[in-house]
Amino acid sequence: MKKVQFRNAWFPYLLLLPQLSIVAIFFLWPAAEAVRSSFYLEDPFGFGATFVGFDNFVDTITSTDYGRIARFTGIFTFCVTFLSLGIALLLAVKADKVIHGASTYKTLLMWVYAVAPPVAGLIAILLFDQHVGPIVKLVALFGWKMQIGVNYFDTGFAMVIAAVWKQIPVNFIFFLSGLQGISKSVQEAASIDCRSGFRRFWTVTFPLLAPTGFFLLIINITYAFFDTFGIIDVILKTEPGNNPVTLVYKVYLDGFRGNDLGGSSAQSVVLMILVFILTVIQFRLIERRIHYT
Amino acid sequence: MATITLDTVRKVYAGNVEAVKGVSVDIDDGEFIVLVGPSGCGKSTLLRMIAGLEDITTGDISIGDRIVNKVDPADRDIAMVFQNYALYPHMTVYNNLAYGLRNRKIAKDEIDRRVKEAARILEIGDYLERKPRMLSGGQRQRVAMGRAIVREPAAFLFDEPLSNLDAKLRVQMRVEIKRLQKALGTTSVYVTHDQLEAMTLADRLIVLNGGAIEQIGAPVDVYDKPASTFVASFIGSPAMNLVPVRSENGRLQAESGAGLDAPNLHGSDRYLLGIRPEHLEISGEKANGTDGLSMEFTVNVLEPVGAESYIYGQLDGAGPEIVVRAPSHARYDPGTVLYLNATAADIHFFDAENGRRIEG
Ligand SMILES: Nc1ncnc2c1ncn2[C@@H]1O[C@H](COP(=O)(O)OP(=O)(O)O)[C@@H](O)[C@H]1O
Ligand SMILES: [Mg+2]
Repeated sequence: MKKVQFRNAWFPYLLLLPQLSIVAIFFLWPAAEAVRSSFYLEDPFGFGATFVGFDNFVDTITSTDYGRIARFTGIFTFCVTFLSLGIALLLAVKADKVIHGASTYKTLLMWVYAVAPPVAGLIAILLFDQHVGPIVKLVALFGWKMQIGVNYFDTGFAMVIAAVWKQIPVNFIFFLSGLQGISKSVQEAASIDCRSGFRRFWTVTFPLLAPTGFFLLIINITYAFFDTFGIIDVILKTEPGNNPVTLVYKVYLDGFRGNDLGGSSAQSVVLMILVFILTVIQFRLIERRIHYT
Repeated sequence: MATITLDTVRKVYAGNVEAVKGVSVDIDDGEFIVLVGPSGCGKSTLLRMIAGLEDITTGDISIGDRIVNKVDPADRDIAMVFQNYALYPHMTVYNNLAYGLRNRKIAKDEIDRRVKEAARILEIGDYLERKPRMLSGGQRQRVAMGRAIVREPAAFLFDEPLSNLDAKLRVQMRVEIKRLQKALGTTSVYVTHDQLEAMTLADRLIVLNGGAIEQIGAPVDVYDKPASTFVASFIGSPAMNLVPVRSENGRLQAESGAGLDAPNLHGSDRYLLGIRPEHLEISGEKANGTDGLSMEFTVNVLEPVGAESYIYGQLDGAGPEIVVRAPSHARYDPGTVLYLNATAADIHFFDAENGRRIEG
C-alpha cells in the first residue's frame, strides 16, 4: 500500500471533520444527554429537573415490569437470531446445491435482498391480520385461536415470526456467498473422505462458514435488540396494554408515552452498556477469529 | 490395489458438450497411467468420472471387479490429489491426513501410525500441527500427497498436481511421485497437459484429443511411432517437423516446391512427412544419392537452451518452418543455407487427409 504524507499535520483531521461532527451530533451528544438526564427527575411539563442520583436506575432495575420485559427481550432475541440464522442457513445450503456459481441466479437473489426486508415486514403483518391473515386462519384449523394484541404468547409469537421473516433474506445472501466462497475442490475432497453429507456439513462446510456465521450472529443480535422496534410497533398498533414489548420499546413507551424522561434515560443507559459489552465481545472474538486463506 | 477398466465411457455435459467420447482402456494393477492432452480435451472429466465426482453419461467404469458407476466417491476406495491441493483450511496437517481415516472408523492408534508413517516418508513431520495456510506451495503439495497415501487406497488419481509449483520443485516432486508410486505399487491415473511430465512418469500414456483416445502406449513407443500427426506434434519438444510432400518421379518433394528429396516408401501421391528435430543431421552440402531424406534449409533464428541449441528456419527459403537440434556450440547466422539429412528409418509418414500414421 502506498503511504501518503500530508505536509500539514492538521489537514487529515480537517478531512475527517464532517464524519466526526456527524458522530458527535447524532451519537455522542444524545448519548451524553441520556446519561445526564438519567440522574435527574424531570418535571413532566418540562419546567425543571431535580438531581436524584441513582434513583432512576434503582427504580428501573427493581421494577417488576423491567424483569419481565428483559426476560421477554432475551427470549425474543434468542428466538429471532436462532430462527433467522437457522432457516437462512438451511435455505442457503439448498440453494448452493443448485446454483453452482451461476451469476444470473445470484443477481436475482441479490434483488430479493434489496427489495425484500421492508416489503417482507409488511407482508408478515398482513399474514397475522386478525380478520384476513392466512396464518391466523391456518392455525385456527388446528384449534389455535390466535389473538394478536390480546394474548401475550400469541402476540410474542407473531413478533418473532415477523422479525425472523424480515431478516432471513439478509442472512440468506451472506450465507450463500459464504458457501459459494468455499472451494469446490475442498468439498470434493471431503466427499471422497467422508460418505455422510450430514457429517461433511458439520466437519467441513460449517467450520469454513464460521467467520460468516459469527459476523451474522452479531448483526442478528443487534437487529433483534434494536431494529425490531418498527415491527413491534406495527403489531401492537401502538397499544401495548399487557402485550410483550422489548427493552428498546419500553424506553420509548416510558419516555414519550409515560413522560418519565429520567427513567427512560436510565433504561437507555443500561442498553448502551449492554451494547458496549456486546461490542467488546465482538472485537475480542474477531481478534482471535481464524482467518482462513 | 486393483485394475481399473473403462468401457466406452462417454460424458455429455448440459448444452450437449461431449467432453468424453467413448473411451475404453484396461489399466493393470499397479500401473502408472498418464492421461495427457491439450487443455480442454476431457482429461479432468475422465478422471473425475473415475473418482465419482462426475456422473457417467454412458459406459461402465470398474475398479477391481466391481462396476462403480453408481458407487459413492467415498466408497470407491480411491484417493485423489487435486491441482490446488484442496486441503481443509481449518484443520491442522495432522487432521487433514486423519480426517478420511476417522470417517472410516479406523482405530485411533492405527490412524496415528499411518499419519506418522506418511509424514516420515514425505518429510512433513515438522508441520503436523500447522494449518495449511502456514505452509509453502511445495509443503502443501506434500500434505495433499500424504492425505492420499494414508488412505492406502486401491488407486491414486492425480489431476495436474504439480502445475502450481515452480519449475525446480516440479521436477523434484515428479521424481518423488514416481518413486513413491513404485514403492507402494498402487495403481495410478495421472492427468497432465505437460508432455515431459507425461513421458517421465508414465508406464503407459493415453494421449487424448477432443475427448477421444488418440493413442495408448509406453512413452517410448508413442514417441517413436506416433499414431497421428496430433500425437507427433504433441509429444516431444520441440515438436516433430511436419512437411506436406508429394510424389515426383518416384521421389518425394515438398508441396511448396523443391528443396526436399526423400524416397516414397508407401506408394501414395501425397503425405505429411514427419521428422524429429534430433534426427536431422546438419551438413554443409547436399547429400547425393542417399536413400534417406535431404532438405535445403535457410536459418532464421538460433535458440540456445544450454545443453543444446535449436535452429529455426525454412525449407528452401520459403516452405514450412523447420526446427533442427544442433550442438550447444553451433553458430549459424540468419540466412545461412544448410543441408539437413536423415536416414529413412527416422522418417514418419502420415496420411495427407486424416493425419493417421502409415506403417511400412
Ligand atoms: N461442468 C461442466 N459443464 C459443461 N462443460 C464442461 C464442464 N466441465 C468441463 N466442461 C467442458 O468439457 C471439456 C473438457 O473439460 P476438462 O475435462 O476440464 O478438460 P481438461 O481437464 O482436459 O482441460 C471442455 O470443453 C470443458 O469446457
Ligand atoms: Mg483439467
